[in-house]
Amino acid sequence: MSKEPVAVVGIGQTKHVAARRDVSIAGLVREAAQRALEDAQLTWADIDAVVIGKAPDFFEGVMMPELYLADALGAVGKPMLRVHTAGSVGGSTALVAANLVAARVHGTVLTLAFEKQSESNAMWGLSLPIPFQQPLLAGAGGFFAPHVRAYMRRTGAPDTVGSLVAYKDRRNALKNPYAHLHEHDITLEKVQASPMLWDPIRYSETCPSSDGACAMVLTDRAGVARAPRPAAWMHGGAMRSEPTLFAGKDCVSPQAGKDCAADVYRQAGIADPRRDIDAVEMYVPFSWYEPMWLENLGFADEGEGWKLTESGVTELDGDLPVNMSGGVLSTNPIGASGMIRFAEAALQVRGQAGEHQVEGARRVLGHAYGGGSQFFSMWLVGSEPPAS
Amino acid sequence: MPEVLKAPLVLEFPFTRSLGPVQSAFLTGLRERVVLGVKTRDGRTLVPPVEYDPVTAEEIRDLVEVAPTGTVTTWAWNHEPRRGQPLDTPFAWVLVRLDGADTALLHALDAPGPDAVRTGMRVRVRWAGERTGAITDIACFEPYDGDESPRSTGHSGEFENMVTGIVAPARLDYVYSPGRAQTDYIHALSEQRTVGERCPSCRKVYVPPRGACPTCGVATAEHVEVGPRGTVTTFCIVNIKAKNLDIEVPYVYAHIALDGADLALHGRIGGIPYGQVRMGLRVEAVWSEGGRYPDHYRPTGEPDADYDAYKELL
Amino acid sequence: MHGAAAMREIAVVAFAQTDHRRTTDELSEVEMLMPVLHGVLEQTGLKTADIDFTCSGSSDYLAGRAFSFTLALDGVGAWPPISESHVEMDGAWALYEAWTKLLTGDADTALVYSYGKSSPGSVRDVLTRQLDPYYVAPLWPDSVALAALQAQALIDAGDTDEPALAAVAARSRTDASANSHAQVRGSVPQGEYVVRPLRTGDCPPIGDGAAAVILAAGDRARELCERPAWIRGIDHRIEAHGLGVRELTDSPSTRLAAEKAGAFEGPVDTAELHAPFTAQEVVLRKALRLGDDVRVNPSGGALAANPVMAAGLIRIGEAAARIHRGESDRALAHATSGPCLQQNLVAVLEGDPR
Repeated sequence: MSKEPVAVVGIGQTKHVAARRDVSIAGLVREAAQRALEDAQLTWADIDAVVIGKAPDFFEGVMMPELYLADALGAVGKPMLRVHTAGSVGGSTALVAANLVAARVHGTVLTLAFEKQSESNAMWGLSLPIPFQQPLLAGAGGFFAPHVRAYMRRTGAPDTVGSLVAYKDRRNALKNPYAHLHEHDITLEKVQASPMLWDPIRYSETCPSSDGACAMVLTDRAGVARAPRPAAWMHGGAMRSEPTLFAGKDCVSPQAGKDCAADVYRQAGIADPRRDIDAVEMYVPFSWYEPMWLENLGFADEGEGWKLTESGVTELDGDLPVNMSGGVLSTNPIGASGMIRFAEAALQVRGQAGEHQVEGARRVLGHAYGGGSQFFSMWLVGSEPPAS
Repeated sequence: MPEVLKAPLVLEFPFTRSLGPVQSAFLTGLRERVVLGVKTRDGRTLVPPVEYDPVTAEEIRDLVEVAPTGTVTTWAWNHEPRRGQPLDTPFAWVLVRLDGADTALLHALDAPGPDAVRTGMRVRVRWAGERTGAITDIACFEPYDGDESPRSTGHSGEFENMVTGIVAPARLDYVYSPGRAQTDYIHALSEQRTVGERCPSCRKVYVPPRGACPTCGVATAEHVEVGPRGTVTTFCIVNIKAKNLDIEVPYVYAHIALDGADLALHGRIGGIPYGQVRMGLRVEAVWSEGGRYPDHYRPTGEPDADYDAYKELL
Repeated sequence: MHGAAAMREIAVVAFAQTDHRRTTDELSEVEMLMPVLHGVLEQTGLKTADIDFTCSGSSDYLAGRAFSFTLALDGVGAWPPISESHVEMDGAWALYEAWTKLLTGDADTALVYSYGKSSPGSVRDVLTRQLDPYYVAPLWPDSVALAALQAQALIDAGDTDEPALAAVAARSRTDASANSHAQVRGSVPQGEYVVRPLRTGDCPPIGDGAAAVILAAGDRARELCERPAWIRGIDHRIEAHGLGVRELTDSPSTRLAAEKAGAFEGPVDTAELHAPFTAQEVVLRKALRLGDDVRVNPSGGALAANPVMAAGLIRIGEAAARIHRGESDRALAHATSGPCLQQNLVAVLEGDPR
């Protein structure tokens, strides 16, 4: 028995900010969910199941928040799941929801990811004390900076490449009304003059801490037939994990990322990602991860990713736009960021991305990663139904 | 066999929680000694007022004032109050359906003993002396002799100086035990030895050891001492000082592949200007007095390691 | 189920659990979990490389460690990289996710595991963090208190009394004598009130443990297990969060999940119910319409061993194991999450005709 094709017919997100002080946690998720329903012209009653995802519960100090959120998300009397795969969770959540439709367990599923990390703060949440372990770092940047340095050494890339990514993503964000950072007077010089936080990563090349939520309505062919707006069809989706630390791990280009992409491309019939894919929303929390992921995802040969960035290929008007939405560098509610990538990919193929729309985008990749570069989830969406 | 290591782990934070309009009205109302509920479209009055109808999922905003008196719908006698609970002395947990409401509120009832409590008894709010706009503005309930006087009058939900958020401090205490492999590692560190474990299947030496080889999924047990010297495989210079870290910025955070280990561990580099730290630098541990781990790693003075020698260990 | 035509047959083909203990201070979570993973792999003769999908369930809050599940992955041997997911819920829901994956045909085998150490923290207080953060959590009503409110409601309704609850406790722990993994076995005094009307005996033991299950589809299941426990139906539902809004003497979500899973389409001989408190068994029996002819919790249930985050998965595993051994032909397994049975999962398992 073959799988049911899955499509996105509704997308909603909140305007991401440092702190939402006007809503409860329920209010925050509700806002994104309501927008997704409105986009799909559906009501709560049309939803068969709810799948939510977020990062560690400590960020909001609410354990298993699906229990408290059941009422707000119209889940009473329905199945409700909560996924947690560290930073990739927003992506994994969408894939779990998609599987429910693909397996024909449900016809229409609401999926949502969020973080209201201002209720505590992200630095505290990411650096909880562990007895007997020497505290060396606070926050995630210090963990990833050595990998960035290793990439720079391995490839000989000029050290300005990171700043080009930050400058691009922050400019793209100006065209995305939902993005957190809107730096209207940004210049490349300012980016490059920004202080080093974890050398070689600068403050300007680091993701912000945001409160936000993102939701999608996923459905089957029958649901698409009823939907008022064009659907984004799922052509492929996969998750891969590898251990956080192990002997021989390539921290710069993890095998799990390569395998995950290969699986998605195989499902979607992508032979040459650089040519066959029109745009990419990838999880870049620190600027150098753009060239690193370009290689990991097969858009550039090993050691060459930075050349795509440097030559402007990944600009919004380039040949392979990356992070048209402004990416994680401009918006980062940790639990939601993966889903935002997936949703932004879907917005593109539906022609709904407004000022940050890539003209004629028909196949777009959404990518998320988490942990110590160990959890990867990705999907490829298209404006047409999948071939098979 | 080393004794089991344990250490306290306290997770504590004063969570700042912003409120939606219905919650804001309810909690501000409590500060003003007014109890509000919310009406659903089918005419039920929910107390405490929730933001979304549990049956239809609609947003509900139609506020009403109910009485501060009500009826116990179920109870449970708590003879040993725990930290953070509403009263220090034995009390009954109760669900109370306030007069005018169709649903019940969870709180505490101050009563002399379990024999003084029964389902169906009448109770009333005892207000806290100092109220800030929180559920604890109701200090507890107390027995009350009066009849039911259902009151449910429309209320705008507006007060002066609306409360828009609460601070909800939460502390949980744990006792953390690191497990066998990490315990052995820590004991060796206290003897100024870095000891990893070798996987019986792939033969790689893991340091710090985790009790399991992550690629083979089998238990590791064979102790293998590594070091004392090693190579910096990659690093970064940390410029932001975090609150709980006792390290002066800037400092170098490095991956260090100790000789004999098959992956790098993480440590701080000292004894060299941070601008001179480089990949390939040869280092050795500097043990702190009575510390549980090396305080930092300093250069040994050997020539730098060849890139090829450590490029797999980044 | 929606659109179910010729749905793939999926079965539980292996189950393993730790000996559940009050504390496991000398073991890390992965050290505690690993033998159980090896157990199910050995039962089936599979290696990690033969597993198409892995899904686990655990809770960071239980042990006070964020991302603790990433360390547990070391016990799986995720190399080469694996297709893997995780829910911050009881392993029963991880099994549900794996079942869905197998239904798509993208996988033929799945490894499902879950673990929980209640010993490091104070689980009664940790669970208060599940409650409405504005109106309820600031009062710190612990898990026993909430269960006691439910128990009193049942007593008020005439559905049970203290002697009947004590009988549930005694029966469970007596049955647990035959279960070498259970933590509390044999005759145990009912004890003093913890939060009245619940006594020590009415409450689950606090302890640490882990469990794992292997799922397989169709012919693969038949290759791996002589008598697979086929999952004929599985469903889960959640109720409103507020205790004061719900009917505490009933479990409509359990009943609905059971209906959707096809539980009422035929008699069952066994039911493994995830009822950490005696009074909850009363509610679940009613919701699931279980008569006296059904063997309820022959393993001893959660009253004999309650490794939080694994106890629900264990119910499914125990029911499946009875089918594997030929001691059951059609069984129900139930798992719960949240205060006073807010969320419930029901699975219907069947063995091939003998």
